[in-house]
Amino acid sequence: MSAAEKYQGDGGPEVYDEGPLYSSAAKVYPQKVSGNYRRLKWAILIVCLGLYYVLPFVRWDRGPNEPSQSILIDLPHSRFYWFFIEIWPQEVYYFTGILILAALALFLSNALFGRVWCGYFCIQTVWTDLFLWVERLVEGDRRDRIKLDAAPWSASKIGKRVAKHGLWLLIAAGTGGVFALYFADAPTLVANLFTLKAPLAAYVWIGILTFTTYYLAGHMREQVCLYMCPWPRIQAALTDVDALNVTYRRDRGEPRLSVKDAARARAAGKPAGDCVDCMQCVAVCPVGVDIRKGSQLGCIQCGLCIDACDAVMAKIHRPTRLIAYDTDENVKRRTRGEKPVYKLVRARTILYVVVIAVVGSLMLYKLTTRQHIGLSVLHVRAPMYTLAHDGLVRNGYTLRFANKWSEPRAFALTVSGVAGATVKSEEADALPDGRLKVTLDPDATLEAQLYVTAPVGSAAPAGAPIAMTITDLKNGETAKVSDHFFGP
Amino acid sequence: MATNEKIQVDSVTGQTTTGHEWDGIRELNTPLPRWWLWTFYACILFSIGYWVVYPAWPGISGFTHGLLGQSSRGDVAVDVAAIQAQRAVTEAGLKDATVDQIAADKKLLGLALAHGKAAFAEDCAPCHGAGGQGGKGYRNLTNEDWLWGGKLDDILQTVTHGIRDYTDKDTRQSAMPAFGAMGVLKSDEIKQVVSYVRTLSKLPPEAGVDVAAGQKIFADNCAVCHGDDGKGKREFGSANLTDGLQLYGGDIKDLTYTVTNARNSTMPAWGARLDPVTLKTLAVFVHNLGAGE
Repeated sequence: MSAAEKYQGDGGPEVYDEGPLYSSAAKVYPQKVSGNYRRLKWAILIVCLGLYYVLPFVRWDRGPNEPSQSILIDLPHSRFYWFFIEIWPQEVYYFTGILILAALALFLSNALFGRVWCGYFCIQTVWTDLFLWVERLVEGDRRDRIKLDAAPWSASKIGKRVAKHGLWLLIAAGTGGVFALYFADAPTLVANLFTLKAPLAAYVWIGILTFTTYYLAGHMREQVCLYMCPWPRIQAALTDVDALNVTYRRDRGEPRLSVKDAARARAAGKPAGDCVDCMQCVAVCPVGVDIRKGSQLGCIQCGLCIDACDAVMAKIHRPTRLIAYDTDENVKRRTRGEKPVYKLVRARTILYVVVIAVVGSLMLYKLTTRQHIGLSVLHVRAPMYTLAHDGLVRNGYTLRFANKWSEPRAFALTVSGVAGATVKSEEADALPDGRLKVTLDPDATLEAQLYVTAPVGSAAPAGAPIAMTITDLKNGETAKVSDHFFGP
Repeated sequence: MATNEKIQVDSVTGQTTTGHEWDGIRELNTPLPRWWLWTFYACILFSIGYWVVYPAWPGISGFTHGLLGQSSRGDVAVDVAAIQAQRAVTEAGLKDATVDQIAADKKLLGLALAHGKAAFAEDCAPCHGAGGQGGKGYRNLTNEDWLWGGKLDDILQTVTHGIRDYTDKDTRQSAMPAFGAMGVLKSDEIKQVVSYVRTLSKLPPEAGVDVAAGQKIFADNCAVCHGDDGKGKREFGSANLTDGLQLYGGDIKDLTYTVTNARNSTMPAWGARLDPVTLKTLAVFVHNLGAGE
């Protein structure tokens, strides 16, 4: 069926599109740029990457029984360490809290400055920036790179390509390698990696992350933002008229005329804009969009076009910030001759700040008041109770004690609520006062069977309330759980 | 429904439309990037490679095994070997210790209970229940009704050599005679002895039955194994008839059947099937179900 066949009524052939199903992505050659936003981006890049590479090597003393790495995800022992905070598996809701805070912070940043996350902090942006810097270092700036791509293969071209990809792979391997360091003692793992003694999983993960870093930052670049990332779509739903976005001030820029034409037009009393259509804003854009078309999906709001435009405006002695963080509404207001309005403090941003404060303080409260000892109980279900000799009934409980201190601790265990009950646990010792004593390793849990025996009749068939309490023999901290004692 | 309209060029984006229209909304033709297509082809190529090296296609009587010869069963065997090698290290202490030494050492006890719990669920729970609660004819391991003793060594002996498992020469053996089936006792005598046995556990006898006659029958026929007081003798594995905890039930019908036909069930000897460490951990685990002596 020809692609151009047109609709011919019911039963006729369907109309097919005449355009291509697939198109080659146009390669973007971002040009070098300097200015305030570029400097800010370098500063953020250095801080972010610096933290990423250095943090695994920062030590944090937690005593002799626990790792001394500041940030460590200890998968074999199910522990997460972050400086003075240690998270156990049952406390992963702190991660949920962090994710909620992160999402809210993203919403807030979006309400204030649009996609500031995309432009400055996103790992894709940061690593792409780094890879572009390497590319520029080896192959030169925009024009040189376009020329090199078009040039036939030569020794010099091969040399440049090898150098570029070699450096990229080196950075990628470093990125993947450092990631693995967050999961094991960093100095030990580094030594083991180079002496080929590290576990296979470490090499596999470094390999995977080397590949993804090299491929995504070196080759995919803006395609990740355009086709893979959901954030541009979500952002479109979150933005509002007051959010500051990188905006081409159409009111000032149009109509676009060259410097000479503009001078002529102004002399003749005709309108002339400040934009000289030099295309510098497009040349420096890492996504390859034209900001003058307005806010769009491809724009990551990095502000590099502002730097480029400012440089041009300074050169031709016109006021800078023809492109600036602004709103479309203000562009319209200026067109109407009104004053621009900036509303960073508004209902939406106040709400986000309040919610962030509430969630943050809730988490902080939970964190600062959490206990260092723990107890949980599970009634033995099969059987619910056992008829023992001599008119006695026995219930079994599986107790799990937790000691979150980095030293061994002993707990005294008492059972209350059932009259005439005797308690027994093979995992426990007896204290001089008759209470049971359990001893736990540092930063560990212990499971123990507890048997409570009482005369038949001391428990209703529906169960009598019973409580178990542990008391830390060192500092008197207590934890209590309750359950039921069943009988016939 | 989509209606097909003429293909147009969208004035805002400069993009052509596909010609599809839904309630006045026209669909832009935004072509996918070509790398997306290549990724799709790469996935197809990968899947073909996967067929070659991994088991993939079913046949009439088998399947293609793939060049790597991978199989889930083989993976499990490797994992089991790895866990056994790991256990040989962590459970080294259990190997040479006696069950009493294990119970006295908290570290060994913890290891043994963990190991025993898993082994119990696999080998014992089918008869004795998930928590050792047992059932009719299957010992409730959480009460004190030990026929052969409830000390760690007794339990280890029972687990290792079984009860009336004649494939093991050290098995625990005893046989209660089938008093009714063998014609030793007549049916009214059985009635009387059953009623007497019930009174030993403070249960009501059958109405109108001569309990005193039953007591005499008990002394003549049963006391030799169950003792004059009916409390049982562990050297025979005879039941304690005074505790109301009867393996096959304590009501009149159950007891009548037991006296008439005898029960004499079997517990397998696990010594030939399980390694010594697992046997010890099972003994420790059962001992810790609440009634260990």
